[in-house]
Amino acid sequence: MNKVLLDKPGEKVLLLGNDAVVRGTLESGIGFASTYPGTPSSEIGDTFAEIAKDAGIYFEYSTNEKVALEAAAGAALSGVRSMVFFKHFGLNVASDSLFPLVYSGVKAGMVILVADDPQGWSSGQSEEDTRLFAKIAHLPMLEPSNAQECKDFVKLAFELSEKFKIPVFIRTTTRVSHIRSVVKLGKIIKGKTKGKFIKDISCRNFPPYLIDVHKELHEKLEEIKKVSEKSKVNFISNNKKSNLGIIVSGVSYDYVMDAMDDLKISLPVLRVGFTYPTPDKKIKDFIKKLKEVLVVEELEPVLEERIHVLSKNVNPKLTIYGKSHLPNVGEYNEELVLEALSQITKKKFSMNLIAHKEKYQKLKIAKRMPVLCPGCPHRATFYAAKVATEGMDVVYGGDIGCYVLGVYKPLETQDFVFSMGASEGLVHGIRKTTNQKAIAFLGDSTFFHAGMPGMVNTVFNKSNPLIIVLDNRITAMTGHQTNPGVGVTAMGEETKAISIEEIAKSFGIEDVKVVDPFAVKEMIDTIKEFLNKDKVSVIVAKRECQLLAMRKKKAQGINVLKFEIDQNKCQKIGICLNKLSCPAIYKEGGKYKIDKDICTGCGVCAQVCPVKAIHAVKE
Amino acid sequence: MKEFNIVLTGIGGQGVLTLGMIIAEAALKQGYDVRTTELHGLAQRGGSIPFHIRFGKKMYTPLVLEGEADVIISLEPLEALRSCYYGSKQHKTIFLIDNDPVIPLSVSVLGEKYPSIKEIENNLKGFSKKVIILNASEIVRKEIGSDIAANIYLLGYAIAKKLIPLKEKFILKAMEDVVPKYFEANKKVFEMGMKH
Repeated sequence: MNKVLLDKPGEKVLLLGNDAVVRGTLESGIGFASTYPGTPSSEIGDTFAEIAKDAGIYFEYSTNEKVALEAAAGAALSGVRSMVFFKHFGLNVASDSLFPLVYSGVKAGMVILVADDPQGWSSGQSEEDTRLFAKIAHLPMLEPSNAQECKDFVKLAFELSEKFKIPVFIRTTTRVSHIRSVVKLGKIIKGKTKGKFIKDISCRNFPPYLIDVHKELHEKLEEIKKVSEKSKVNFISNNKKSNLGIIVSGVSYDYVMDAMDDLKISLPVLRVGFTYPTPDKKIKDFIKKLKEVLVVEELEPVLEERIHVLSKNVNPKLTIYGKSHLPNVGEYNEELVLEALSQITKKKFSMNLIAHKEKYQKLKIAKRMPVLCPGCPHRATFYAAKVATEGMDVVYGGDIGCYVLGVYKPLETQDFVFSMGASEGLVHGIRKTTNQKAIAFLGDSTFFHAGMPGMVNTVFNKSNPLIIVLDNRITAMTGHQTNPGVGVTAMGEETKAISIEEIAKSFGIEDVKVVDPFAVKEMIDTIKEFLNKDKVSVIVAKRECQLLAMRKKKAQGINVLKFEIDQNKCQKIGICLNKLSCPAIYKEGGKYKIDKDICTGCGVCAQVCPVKAIHAVKE
Repeated sequence: MKEFNIVLTGIGGQGVLTLGMIIAEAALKQGYDVRTTELHGLAQRGGSIPFHIRFGKKMYTPLVLEGEADVIISLEPLEALRSCYYGSKQHKTIFLIDNDPVIPLSVSVLGEKYPSIKEIENNLKGFSKKVIILNASEIVRKEIGSDIAANIYLLGYAIAKKLIPLKEKFILKAMEDVVPKYFEANKKVFEMGMKH
C-alpha cells in the first residue's frame, strides 16, 4: 500500500514533498483532482493515479492545464473539493480561465498547486516566479518549506478556500517538491465526490456586474489579509534583539537556518509562509527595530520590494539587502546564503568554499548530457529527417517532450524550443516569410495539448510546412502518463483512443501518412516526398516509447533481441555511432561495438550501416 | 554525531534512487531526523543523477554543503569525479565507487576524454581522506547474472566497514519496505557486500 493512504494518525513517515501534498488533500476530504503532467509536480499525479480508486476519489490527466483547471473549477462550483496542479508553464496555459474563476469564486474548497522550477532542472524554456501571479490574479498564496508543510499548507489552503469561497494557490519549488522529510500523519477524511451545481448569481463575472464583483474580491482579500497577519505560517525563529534580521520564504528558510549554524551566529528570522496577501503588520513589527535586514528568496525580489514599501513608514533608515548579495536567477543553496551572510556579518566559515570550488573547476570532466534512450523511436525519426534533408536549408521546429534532446549533436533537429505545440505556429510563420523549408516536430501528448490549433491554422492560412508528430503512445518525458491517444484513463479505465492521423485528415489535410520510425528507408522517402508538397503535410511517426516497450517485454518474460557488429564486415565508417548516436554503440580500440546490456534490439543501426555489418545475435 | 551527510550518484537507471530510499528509511527507523532530495526529469534519460541524504538530530536543508559529505557513493567512476566537490580532506570524506564505467556520448561521439580509473582516483584524493574502488558490478554479475544490484553490494560493504553509522537490522528492514519484491535477492547481495 502507498504510504499516503496509511490510516495511522500520529505516525511519522518519510514522504516526498509531492506525496505529502497528496496526503494533505486526503486529510482535507478532496473529491476531485486533475492535472496535465509537468515536472517538478508530476509525482503528485503519479501518486493520485495509483491511489485514487482506493481512496474513493476521482483523478484525471486532462488534455492540458487549462482544461484541468476548468474541470477542477466545475467540481468546486458543484460543491466537491478539488485540486488542480501543474508546473509553472502550466499556469500560463491555465491562466485564461483562472482570472475569471477568482471573480466568480467557488462553492467548495479548491486548491491550485503550482510547482516552480528555479534552475530549470526539468524545464529549459524559462525560469518563472509564480508568486507574481498571485498579485495579478488576486489569489491568496501559501509557500511551504518542507514535506510536513506541504501537507499542512494544503489543509490550510482548503480551509481558507472554503471559508472565503476563493481558490487558493500553493506554490512549491523543485527543492520542496523533491525533498523527502518526516511527516506526521493526520486523519484521512472521506470527501464528497458528488455534489450539485446550484444556479445562482455567484458566477456573474460579466458586465454590468463585473465592477461589483471585482470590488467584492478586494474586500475578500482585505479579510484574508487579517488571516495572514495572524497565521502561524508566518513565524519568527530566534526571536531576540539584534541589529540584523532575516526575512525568508520557501525552501530558503532551510538554507538560512543551516548557514547560521555553520557560521555560529543566531539572528532573528521571519519566515513568511503566507506569500499573498503578505502579513504587512507582522513584517513592519519585525523590521521596526532592525538596522539591517537580509531578504532571502529565490528568483524575483517579491518580498524585498514589499519590504521597501513597508519600511518607509516604520523604519526609513533600514538597510535592505537581498538581490544585492544573492542572485535573481537559478536555484539557491546553503553555499549562496553562507556567502551572503558571511559578507554582511564579516563572519568566516571554517572552510574556504571559493578556493574549494576553484580546485574543482580546474578538473576537466567529460560532459554527460541526457540522451534519447537506446532504441528511442525519436532518434530514428531525427536520423531519417537529417538524411532526407541533407544539403538542404531546412528549419527544424522543436517542441516540448523527450525529443528536445534532439537539440544536441549529432542530431541537431530542434532549432528552437518554446512551449507546448509552438513548433507548428513558428514553422508556419517561417514558411510564410522565408524560402526555407520547415519541419515541425511535436509529440502525441503535445499535439493533443496545444498542437491542434496550430495545425488548423496551417490549413486555414494556406501554409505548407511538414508536421511530424512523434507519436510514442505515451507522455514519456514526465514519467509515462497516459494521454488521449492511449486509450486508458489516469484511473486505468479503458476509453476511446483518439487517432492523430484521423484528426489531421478531418482538418482537410490531404497528405497524411503513418510511418513506423524503425522503417528507416520508408521514413526518409516519405519526408523527402512530403517536403516538396505545396500544402501542409503530416507524418505520424508511430512507435511506442522503447523504455515502456522494454518494461512490458520484461514483465511478460519476452527476450529482447540484441544486435552485434561483425568485425570482419565493419569498414569503420561510423554512421551508427557518429550520425545515429545510439548510446548502446561505442568505440573501443578502434573498433565499433554494441553494448548488449543496453541494446534494445530496435535494429535501426543495422539499417543505417551501408556495408550490412550489423546483425541480430542468433540465440 | 551532529549530522551525517551522504551523496549518492550515478546514472539514471543504475539504482541510485532505490539505494537512497533504503538508507533514508533505515535512518528513520534508527530514530534520526532525515532529509533527502533528488533530481528527476531529464536525469531519467541517461544523465547524471545525484541524490543527497542527511540524517541526525536536527538539520534543515536536504542538500549537502560543498565539502561536507561524510560519504560519497558512486555507481559510476566519472560521476564520482563530477560530484567530488561535496567531499574534502578537511571533512575526511570517504569515496566508495563501483568500477563500472559508462562511456557518455560526449566521449564516444564528440571526442572528450574519459579518464583512467587511476586518474579519477588521484583527482579524488584532493577531495577526500580515502577512496575505495570496488568491482561491485563485476562481482554481482558473476554471482547472480545481472549487475542491477551493485548498489546493494556497495551498501553491504559500507555498513560492514562502518562507513555509514546505520545498523544492519534497520537496513534490512528498510530494504524489505522499499523493494519488497526483490528482498531475498537483495539480501543475498547485501551479505556478499558485507563479506567483501
